[in-house]
Amino acid sequence: MKNNVNWGRVALIAIPFLWLFFLFLLPFGSVIKMSLSDMATARPPYTPVFNSEEGIIGLWTLISEFDLENYLLLTEDELYWRSYFSSLKIATLSTIFTLLIGFPIAYGMAKTPSQWRATLVMLIILPFWTSFLIRVYAWIGILKQEGLLNNALIYFGIIDQPLVILNTDIAVYIGIVYSYLPFMVLPLYATLEKIDYSLLEAALDLGCSQFKTFWVIVVPLALPGIIAGCFLVFIPAMGEFVIPDLLGGSSTLMIGKTLWGEFFNNRDWPVSSAVAVILLMLLIVPIVLFQKMQEKELKEQGQ
Amino acid sequence: MFSSATYKKTLIASAVASAFFFANAQGADRTVNVYNWSDYIDESIIADFEKETGIKVNYDVFDSNELLETKMLTGASGYDIVTPSGAFLKRQIKAGIFQKLDKSKLTNLGNAWDQIQKVTSAYDPDNAYSINYMWGTTGIGYSKEKVEERIENPPVDSYSLLFDPANAAKLADCGIYVLDAPTETIPAALQYLGLDPNSKDKDDIKKAAEVFNKVKPFIRKFHSSEFISALANGDACLALAWSGDILQARDRASEADNGVTVGYRIPKEGAQVWFDQMAIPSDAKNVEEAHLFLNYVLRPEVIAKATNYINYANGNLASQKFIDKSVLEDPAIYPTDKVMSNLFTHTADGPKYTRHLNRTWTRIKTGQ
Repeated sequence: MKNNVNWGRVALIAIPFLWLFFLFLLPFGSVIKMSLSDMATARPPYTPVFNSEEGIIGLWTLISEFDLENYLLLTEDELYWRSYFSSLKIATLSTIFTLLIGFPIAYGMAKTPSQWRATLVMLIILPFWTSFLIRVYAWIGILKQEGLLNNALIYFGIIDQPLVILNTDIAVYIGIVYSYLPFMVLPLYATLEKIDYSLLEAALDLGCSQFKTFWVIVVPLALPGIIAGCFLVFIPAMGEFVIPDLLGGSSTLMIGKTLWGEFFNNRDWPVSSAVAVILLMLLIVPIVLFQKMQEKELKEQGQ
Repeated sequence: MFSSATYKKTLIASAVASAFFFANAQGADRTVNVYNWSDYIDESIIADFEKETGIKVNYDVFDSNELLETKMLTGASGYDIVTPSGAFLKRQIKAGIFQKLDKSKLTNLGNAWDQIQKVTSAYDPDNAYSINYMWGTTGIGYSKEKVEERIENPPVDSYSLLFDPANAAKLADCGIYVLDAPTETIPAALQYLGLDPNSKDKDDIKKAAEVFNKVKPFIRKFHSSEFISALANGDACLALAWSGDILQARDRASEADNGVTVGYRIPKEGAQVWFDQMAIPSDAKNVEEAHLFLNYVLRPEVIAKATNYINYANGNLASQKFIDKSVLEDPAIYPTDKVMSNLFTHTADGPKYTRHLNRTWTRIKTGQ
């Protein structure tokens, strides 16, 4: 009885591993493989291609033809690190803005009488019923020179010359903050809702100021939600392509656009794969570091 | 009672029904999968072809050469006919993506316009792999009122409207758009400078880049489709773009009757001419049906119908007598012989050239 393997349990645990293997590790492996190949005018447009008829020898010739040339190219041209850096900046600032706007919304939702909360959550999710692309496109109509915003501001006499917002970095920030706000609000709301608000009353009774109560009690308790929300916004914003393409100017540099150019304009699948691999590495490293930090904290709390 | 007349009727009815059934069953077996540019055909052509041949057409659309190329390079696209543009076709033929046409099956090929065939053979030698569907130019689209308001006697038939910083500066506030496609824009700047538009020389390309750098502050955006609606509703007053798209903006503006008049001119310095070519992928499953479709499209009255509907010139000389006068005599669609002799094609390619061109273009756009 003791040594019997619980196969049901194994199968259940295996599902997420199989999922990750087939839908993450395997595709990622093929991207890495492509990033080590060379460009070719052929179908598929890279070489070497694995020839299954040659078996192990074929695999060996395949591996022996791999090189790091594409990664070297990324270091030779400053375009790539500038794109990474620009994406990093845009993603970081957008995440901060999203947090600043999302936190009061989530906090307000958590403080509303419970019979209203389901409706409010519904309202946060509602925009997802319309295509993401159409919602971003709608911002063109709002932000353009003869658009809704400028017309309204001129009508009320606030400005007399239309503001140039569309096709600038500001429009990109607006687009990202707007699109990813629900991803910040929902995890924040989930943690804020669970906070025992009698702790706040206790703090206030003991003479703590409103502001300090918020910083000392609410923020630390909401930290898991803040972190989850920030990751959910930061990671997709880093690789964002559609928003800078539609709302940004021609000079908006982002790694998603650079990768698109490598893939579609230069038709260089190997170099664009190398860009993607580096992007993933840059995203994984902070996530892993953060998780290590959290594990350490959990252990300390446990002691 | 069973009268012989009723019996006969029943027999005929069942015979007709079964004939119809078999015809249908046979038709259901035969399909052709066509992948063409969006808004690029009169849909009745497809219906007529289906009715005449019993072959079902699965008609699917794309909106960029890059998208088409990626599908082709990945393979097993499932399409039997695709429509890449000249330079893309040339490279894709080299990559082994297409099969040679069986010209014995294209009995209507004699209707093709030899002048166009001569030019397209620069991309597809002997036109062995493709037939021309439509062609057009890359030139200057402008909003008449807004440009005339800002510049006296604007040189709308010259690249200098865009490339002369004095002109561009005056038009900056009403919106200048330029195609985000270096294979269109760099050759235009080279032509403006009087250099070879197909030059691969790095110094020449650098000179073309300098032309753009001087007017860059006045350009609102480099984008390959946003200018259509921007021109039509008055958010833009100048665009270096494809003829067909600008003519579409022209029609939209006149339909909207919003006080915007969009014009299209082929620059007198000489403009690039582009060709959309129909070809059969090497892994196509319905090769026979694909040839039947191509042969159908080569019929003068059929392709004329498409031209009348979408306002693009086609490569079918015999079709011209079926084309509406307003289309055939519009020099923006069918240029005069004098303008025709000044058009050029862009055939320079190769991965190194492409990378250099795109890198130059990124530097122009971003300053990086």
